[in-house]
Amino acid sequence: MAKKAVKQHVSKPNAKLKAGELERREATKAILGNTDDFLFVTGLAGSKDDVLNAAGPLAPNVFPLSGAMGAACSIGLGLALAQPDKTVVVVTGEGELLMNVGALATIGAMDPPNLRILCVDNERYGETGYQPSHTLRGIDLAKMAEGANMRSVRTVTKKSEFKEASELLRNSNGTAFILLKVGATNPGKLAGPYERDASVWRTRFRDYVGVN
Amino acid sequence: MAAKKKKAWQDQLYELLKNDLGITQFSYVPDAGHKILIDRSLSDPDVHSIALTTEEEGVAMATGAWLGGERSAVLVQSSGVGNCVNFFSLNTNARIPLLMLVSMRGDFGEANPWQVPMGQAVQPVCEACGLKVLRCDYEDEVIPTMQAAGNMAFRSLQPMAVLLTQKLLGAKFFA
Repeated sequence: MAKKAVKQHVSKPNAKLKAGELERREATKAILGNTDDFLFVTGLAGSKDDVLNAAGPLAPNVFPLSGAMGAACSIGLGLALAQPDKTVVVVTGEGELLMNVGALATIGAMDPPNLRILCVDNERYGETGYQPSHTLRGIDLAKMAEGANMRSVRTVTKKSEFKEASELLRNSNGTAFILLKVGATNPGKLAGPYERDASVWRTRFRDYVGVN
Repeated sequence: MAAKKKKAWQDQLYELLKNDLGITQFSYVPDAGHKILIDRSLSDPDVHSIALTTEEEGVAMATGAWLGGERSAVLVQSSGVGNCVNFFSLNTNARIPLLMLVSMRGDFGEANPWQVPMGQAVQPVCEACGLKVLRCDYEDEVIPTMQAAGNMAFRSLQPMAVLLTQKLLGAKFFA
C-alpha cells in the first residue's frame, strides 16, 4: 500500500463530512443498538462520548476512561474473563488502541468468546487538536487484529455494513474486532456534566453487575 | 523414607493466593522469580493464567477483573513496574484494588548494572503513584506479608505492591 501524503495536513477537524463518510455518533449508535445487551469499557474523549451518547450519560453498564490511555482493551479482557455470561464491548479510538497494541495479542491468545472491540477510527487525535494518527498514514488496525488471531474481523466503511457489525457484536462465536472508519468532523461535546471521578462509575458498574 | 519435605514457599504462596485470597486471574510477564507461580497457574484449570506483552496490561486487567467481581494477582519483575506507572491512576482515581507481586532485581547483590536504576526506583515510584509497598526479605515473611497485602488490597481497597527482594530470591550470578 502506498503511504498517504499527510505533509499538507492542517490539524483541525473537517468542517463537514466528505461524500460517503460516516458520522461517528450516528454510526456507533446504530451499530451498538440496544446498549442493555452489553457491558462497556470505553477509551477516552470521543469514544467515551460515543458510548454515553448511545447508552445515556449515567449508564450503569459503562466504565469510561478519561485517563490511563491504552488501558481499555485490557480492562475489557479482565472483565470478560470475570463475567463469561455477559458480552463485553470495548469501544475505543484508534489512538487509544495504538498506545497498547500488544493488548490485541494478549486478547487473541486468550480468545475470550464474549469480548468485542469496536475501534472508532477517525484517523485523528481529536481531543488534542485533530493531529494525524498513524491510521491516516495507512496503518491498518484490522490487519493487526487479524494478525492477533481475532476470530471475526470487519472493517465498516458504509451504512449497509452496520447490520452485520451489530449482529457480530451480539452473536460472534469468539472475540470480534470491528474497525469503524468515520469522518474527522468534530461531533461536539455531549450535553450535561460528565463525572470524572471514576470511583463513582466503578461503584455504579459493580452494582449493575451485581458484585458489590 | 525421609520425612516429608516442607513445601517450597512458592507453592505455599500459590495456595494462599488461590485458596485464601480467592485469586482467579494470574497475569504476568514471564520472569524467573515467579517461575513456580506461573507454572502452577498454567497447570491449574480453576484459574486464568494470562501471559502479557507488557506489565501495564496486568494493571488494567486487574481493574477489569475487579469490576466483574473477580480478583487478580499481577506478577511482574521490578523493571516492569516502570511500564505500569500511568495505569496506576486506575487504582487511585477509581479506588480499585491491586495486588502486584514484584520480583526484585537491582537491589541486594545485583551484578547487572542495567537492572539497578529501575530496581532502586521501584519503591519510591510505587509510593509516588499511591501504592502501598510491603517487602519480603526472608522466606518466613512471605506468607504473612502476602496475607496482609491481600487484606489491604481486597478489604481496604488499596493498591498494593509486594516486593520479593533479592535477599529472598537470591541475586543472579553473571560470570
